[in-house]
Amino acid sequence: MAILSKSSKRAVSDPLMSNNPITLQVLGICSALAVTTSLEISLVMTLAVIAVLCVSNTVISLLRNLIPSKVRIIVQLSVIASMVILTDLVLQAYMYDISKQLTVFVSLIITNCIIMGRAEAFAMQNGPWKSFLDGLGNGLGYGMILITVGFFRELLGSGTIYGFKVIPESMYAAGYENMGLMVLSPGAFIILGLIVWAQRIIGKVEQE
Amino acid sequence: MEHYLSLITKAVFVENILLAYFLGMCSFLAVSKKVDASIGLGFAVIFVLTITAPVNWFIYSYLLGDGALVWLGFPDVNLSFLKPIVFIAVIAAMVQLVEMVIDKFSPSLYQSLGIFLPLIAVNCSILGGSLFLVERNYTLMESTVFGFGSGLGWFLAIASMASIRYRLRYSNVPTNLRGVGITMLLTGLISIAFMSFGGIQL
Repeated sequence: MAILSKSSKRAVSDPLMSNNPITLQVLGICSALAVTTSLEISLVMTLAVIAVLCVSNTVISLLRNLIPSKVRIIVQLSVIASMVILTDLVLQAYMYDISKQLTVFVSLIITNCIIMGRAEAFAMQNGPWKSFLDGLGNGLGYGMILITVGFFRELLGSGTIYGFKVIPESMYAAGYENMGLMVLSPGAFIILGLIVWAQRIIGKVEQE
Repeated sequence: MEHYLSLITKAVFVENILLAYFLGMCSFLAVSKKVDASIGLGFAVIFVLTITAPVNWFIYSYLLGDGALVWLGFPDVNLSFLKPIVFIAVIAAMVQLVEMVIDKFSPSLYQSLGIFLPLIAVNCSILGGSLFLVERNYTLMESTVFGFGSGLGWFLAIASMASIRYRLRYSNVPTNLRGVGITMLLTGLISIAFMSFGGIQL
């Protein structure tokens, strides 16, 4: 009595590890790097992307038989852009401070290749329910990396996790210093590079 | 003049659109494998950014912004929430237009850029550039200079990365680090190098 059939389950679980959108398909890197200075911002960005990805995948899947293939890209873009505008307005209404910190990156979800990629590769061929699950899976896989990067950058760069101090004062007294580089852009590139490396090593082990 | 010069230096080196704002990473990672292709794409990005920045400035200032519709007699209308969808439509249209113009007047340039032009419509550095100029309240001239500078910065970044990756073929990189992993680490190092321009004041 499984609630999800096997193939639906795969649609959700595959993108988490064996086919992760960021580390293996290499899509949507821009936002993964820009918004990860702290855990809180990464979490909000993840929620925004999951929401946009699920809804746009479902809508495009429902419309898939009506869209003429010649103009499909522009139709997909308009669906995605409308969803992004809605998300942006919701963020501005309920989480104004965070939406200020995210600045242009919420609007830039439009050009996030994960969303276009899933719409083109999955939603155009599959039913709405499966497309929704695919959107959820890819959104979660994206979020997982975002949160990991955010966690390390906040911990090493500011000595906090989700705003709480975790490095004890005695460490600072003993000469420990926050790594300012982690909050700046090079930190993001280096952490993500190391995560890609780690995930590919783990992925190999699983295959054998 | 000095003001524009410092704006362009800032856009190219200090606040490089790729290395400081991470825009345009997808195509950067995918295309930097080949030197020729990187240079082609780099020129196309400069070209399109320089054109779309002023066009989007006009659209924002006279159609979308707060009170922009005064000239039509609607001083209270604020359409700025439509900004993302209008900008992306303008960019897609401009890319199409630029493609046709280049095809008509310079078939040889079209041959070398041809494949990359359509790709640019979904390059986030173009949309990002337009969104930044609205956020920073640039004037028309500043927007154009900023657009050109950002494009130039992106070109510099991808050209240097492509050359490094070309040399990298002779190095013994750990198997799992090959491809994206090592490119990320290298981009981090280039980014540190570009940060050292931070203290320059013109």
